[in-house]
Amino acid sequence: MKDATVLQINNISVVYSDVIQVLKGVSLSVEKHRIVSLLGSNGAGKTTTLKAISGLLHPENGKVTEGSIIYDGVPVQNSSPEEITRLGIIQVLEGRQPFKYLTIEENLRVGTAIRWTKPYKRDLEMVYHYFPSLVKRRKTLAGYCSGGELQMLVMGRALMAHPKLLLLDEPSLGLAPLVVKEIFRIIARINEEQGTTIILVEQNANMALQIAHYGYVMENGKIVMEGISSELRENPDVKEFYLGVGAGGVSRSYRDVKSYKRRKRWL
Amino acid sequence: MDFFFHLLINGLSIGLLYGLSAMGFVMIFKSSSVLNFAHGELMAIGAFLFLVLVSWAHVPIPVAFLITLVGSFVIGFAVERVFLRPLIGEHLIFVIMLTVGLASMFKGLLLFIFGGNLYIYPDFLPSSLGITINTLVIPPVYVASSMTGIIFLVLFGLFFKFSSQGIFMRSVADNQTASLSLGVHVRRVFALSWAIAALVAAMSGIVLGIINGTNVHEITSIGLKVFPVVILGGLDSIGGAIIGGIIIGLLETFTAGYISPALRDVIPYIILVFILLIKPYGLFGLVEIERV
Repeated sequence: MKDATVLQINNISVVYSDVIQVLKGVSLSVEKHRIVSLLGSNGAGKTTTLKAISGLLHPENGKVTEGSIIYDGVPVQNSSPEEITRLGIIQVLEGRQPFKYLTIEENLRVGTAIRWTKPYKRDLEMVYHYFPSLVKRRKTLAGYCSGGELQMLVMGRALMAHPKLLLLDEPSLGLAPLVVKEIFRIIARINEEQGTTIILVEQNANMALQIAHYGYVMENGKIVMEGISSELRENPDVKEFYLGVGAGGVSRSYRDVKSYKRRKRWL
Repeated sequence: MDFFFHLLINGLSIGLLYGLSAMGFVMIFKSSSVLNFAHGELMAIGAFLFLVLVSWAHVPIPVAFLITLVGSFVIGFAVERVFLRPLIGEHLIFVIMLTVGLASMFKGLLLFIFGGNLYIYPDFLPSSLGITINTLVIPPVYVASSMTGIIFLVLFGLFFKFSSQGIFMRSVADNQTASLSLGVHVRRVFALSWAIAALVAAMSGIVLGIINGTNVHEITSIGLKVFPVVILGGLDSIGGAIIGGIIIGLLETFTAGYISPALRDVIPYIILVFILLIKPYGLFGLVEIERV
């Protein structure tokens, strides 16, 4: 049975400072309780897409100029982040942005901003349950924690808000392979146990396609390919350009990757 | 020796007041990076609001105190809402120039209403508040001013450490984009920081009024002392503002007592220059945590 679509992006264009067009007609849809991953190289527009959803384009002087973003039947394009977060859409920013001069626990408490009058002790326990390594660091200033701990912290901080739709921007950035594995395992668990819908932006296509149900590939501000993860993983182009495996299943030497130029554009 | 202790107590209580008032200044700077040049005027507004309530309307002192607290909070909130919010997103220099304009406007309004005269509050502090140790007599005003300073500093310390709103305010000061992404109402935080700044400014304005009497020129020029205080303490440190306030207060009174009252207003700036030569970010200024 097909789940209901919770987020529908229809042909949006995003322009920064009234002149720089970053997205040129992106459409995608996200079903409830699913993990959807958004792949693509640097500058493809993945982060901008997330920011268009979460409303964080606004402080960067960006705007959705065309198209619509419908969340749960409500158009949210160009709404303020205060409104959008209160609908249950929380973005975890790229590059781990902790509050450095707040302790881990205070960081987590900021996650309750959209319902700050309610008690939060239970949620703290829930976050510590997913990220046990944060417990012993509770009273430490976030500025002194390691990269892996910080990634867990910013994800935990977002969980404190009880998100219905969680936007994760490159959670694997700059982390050791084992930590990346751990983080992805937790993402899959959160999706399964909390029923949180997740949009996952990643460079690490291999890991992302392992836990995602569906995937989109972006290039130059457009969606160039989409499909369920298992199909995308088998797709020869994705294999070659994102998974680093040649069509024959063997790694190619760097010289052969010249074909990258030849086949870079799908459209 | 008595003279020394006398100066010490005077310096400490004046210093606590400077610290309290500087705390408001630092809060606005921390949350929105705006230097508020109208700080002295906010102090004067509080002092005169209290004067009007006590001397002209004859409201009982505790009630007048409460009304001034709430009133200045509302005034701070309104100032942010009316004058500063339209400028969010503009260059900081415009916003800072706006506060210079606000300072002139408020000062002009106060002078228009009250003139440049010196007003004295009726003497309402019970003389039993004074403390006598052997031959050392601490007058009630200084006891009251120290108590006000300490109470408010402790209250706000607790507010920032434990309350949700306090933590949200610190999060905005720390990383504005990240707090936006979690749904912190950043504009509300700005408004709240102005409201609290106006409130603590009013408190220190009232106590200064009790000590020296209220005069528009006098209080606004004392308001300018927040600059040496916060630069000494480090522009973005609330603890630094308090300690900077105490240091400046002590320096002033000791200079006036031992050297010459004429040097009173100059010495703090001279010492300030030397401290900044050694610690350019101020005593407690933020040294960026690099480990990320």
